[in-house]
Amino acid sequence: MDEREPGARTYLGVPLYRPKVAFFEFTSCEGCQLQVLNKEDTLLDFLSLVEVVNFREAMTEQSDDYEIAFVEGSITRDDDVKRLKKIRKNAKVLVALGSCACFGGVNQLKNRFKDLNFVKTEVYGRHPIDSGPVRTLEEIVKVDLKIYGCPVKKEEVEKIVLHIAIGKSIVFPKYPVCMECKRNENICLFELGEPCLGPVTRAGCDSWCPDNRAGCWGCRGPADDPNLDQMKKIMLEKGFSEETLLDRLECFGGFSSLMKKGNVNEKDL
Amino acid sequence: MIFRIFEKEELKKLFEVFVAHNRVVGAVEAGRDRDDQPVYAFSDVSDYNEIKLDYSITKLPAKRFFLPFKEELATFRIENDNWTKDISYNIDRPLILFGLHPCDINALNKLDKVLLHSVYPMPYYAAKRKNMFIVGMNCVPQPSCFCRSMGTDTALHGFDMFITDLGGRYFVEILTNTAFNFLRHIRTMEPMEEDHILYMKVVEKRKKEFTAQVDTTDLTKILDMEFQSDVWKYWGDRCLACGTCASVCPTCYCYGVEETVDINLKGAKKTKILHSCNLIDFAEVAGGHNFRPERHSRLKYRYYHKHRGFVEAFEESLCVGCGRCGESCLAGITVPEVIESIRADGKE
Repeated sequence: MDEREPGARTYLGVPLYRPKVAFFEFTSCEGCQLQVLNKEDTLLDFLSLVEVVNFREAMTEQSDDYEIAFVEGSITRDDDVKRLKKIRKNAKVLVALGSCACFGGVNQLKNRFKDLNFVKTEVYGRHPIDSGPVRTLEEIVKVDLKIYGCPVKKEEVEKIVLHIAIGKSIVFPKYPVCMECKRNENICLFELGEPCLGPVTRAGCDSWCPDNRAGCWGCRGPADDPNLDQMKKIMLEKGFSEETLLDRLECFGGFSSLMKKGNVNEKDL
Repeated sequence: MIFRIFEKEELKKLFEVFVAHNRVVGAVEAGRDRDDQPVYAFSDVSDYNEIKLDYSITKLPAKRFFLPFKEELATFRIENDNWTKDISYNIDRPLILFGLHPCDINALNKLDKVLLHSVYPMPYYAAKRKNMFIVGMNCVPQPSCFCRSMGTDTALHGFDMFITDLGGRYFVEILTNTAFNFLRHIRTMEPMEEDHILYMKVVEKRKKEFTAQVDTTDLTKILDMEFQSDVWKYWGDRCLACGTCASVCPTCYCYGVEETVDINLKGAKKTKILHSCNLIDFAEVAGGHNFRPERHSRLKYRYYHKHRGFVEAFEESLCVGCGRCGESCLAGITVPEVIESIRADGKE
């Protein structure tokens, strides 16, 4: 597959595909990219699977010659749109990296204010700033793959890249976090008196927050066919308000499509 | 059967004998819930004082010690174009389960039927099961326990020794010579007539403490008759499809196998991961078709496996009535209620 490098690495006799990859960021904290860099014991192995040609957080060189673009962040400005479209044109595969890119992330909370100018003035004062409503990558361009999480889980990114290199399919869990949480032998957060979105949030984080005794905020978005009606009943039954539930469901934007679609009426929640 | 009786302080000495050369697992307090009630868990113990002999019930069963949630079935070393496979049954020394309640012993007996005595035994389970020593202990029935309805409130076999608290002293049943030999390390006595009477009184008292129950009469047939019942949809609407019931169940053994390659490409693994039939992708097959896309059908089939399929195959239910699933279910779905509702729907 890889004709660029004669005598390239092989896996079980089959030459490895070593894609040229680029990392980009829009409105975000760049924490997802940091995640990719931050597990140093596997970093070199990870980098040997790909040829990084663009990674502002890690290197100076830049190139427009890449096959896979990992894009972090949401889209809030007109020049963002232009830049994203250019990335889409250059890349064979565009990967939305993290919850901001997938759902708008924490940034999309500002969309919930009726008056965006109020938000701008609150945050930036009278300083003029070009920042509009938050949009996901998918609202602008075609997205081929989404890696959920705030931040993304390094192990999951590694696995995805590895699977691209060796030609294995990429599968995400469809079930909720509870399954992983029980597997990790945690005491249920509700039992400890904490609210948690584990029962409706897509697994794959290996119950990162509940492992640390913090209830889930749904950063990976909904599991397939989440039972939000029951989730609401449970929250109320356990003594938490609707606001507590809404705060969590709205926090990363992953559940907003479900609310908009009318699967769950926002007012009902 | 051999019976013995011993003074309470002797149990600590017995524990010391166990722990000297074996891995010992018992119930410990893992934390406190919002009402400041203890939450119990099975855990490795080296200190006798850590063990809570009077534990009510653990949140999770002892399953992970013989059916881990995640278990490496094989590892592969990859060198150039070749690979070598290494298999370990993941046990390095005998395990003593100290203070297992009858429901959990019966759960092991049921698992044995599938994983040990079937046509294709599972070696990973068998290796652990064969190197297991079980000290059973009588429990205090909890409001959610319906083991009496499932015939699993007492254990007749599947343990090495079984201890009953007679108040001042312990009464012990001995089933294996290993247990007999262990007991030679402490002071035991032949039980007298009055000990037998006291034992029977204790048993009688415990029997009266069970409150929850399930009518299992003709349940296999009723489940068949009510296969299309709308009652399943009622429970399906509540179900979160989160798999918690299977995770906390002492007899759920369904699993998936995942193959992973190490990031340095020098190794690979085959990992068995316990799954749950309530999860949305449980019945999804290659090509993406899902045989049970609705929550209610998945929930129904879980009940069918426990209370119908297994009964047909082994003349007993796969449920031991420990009540863990109902206690852990955030949606409050309990076995007695589900079965009762199916039964009631049939009468209408």
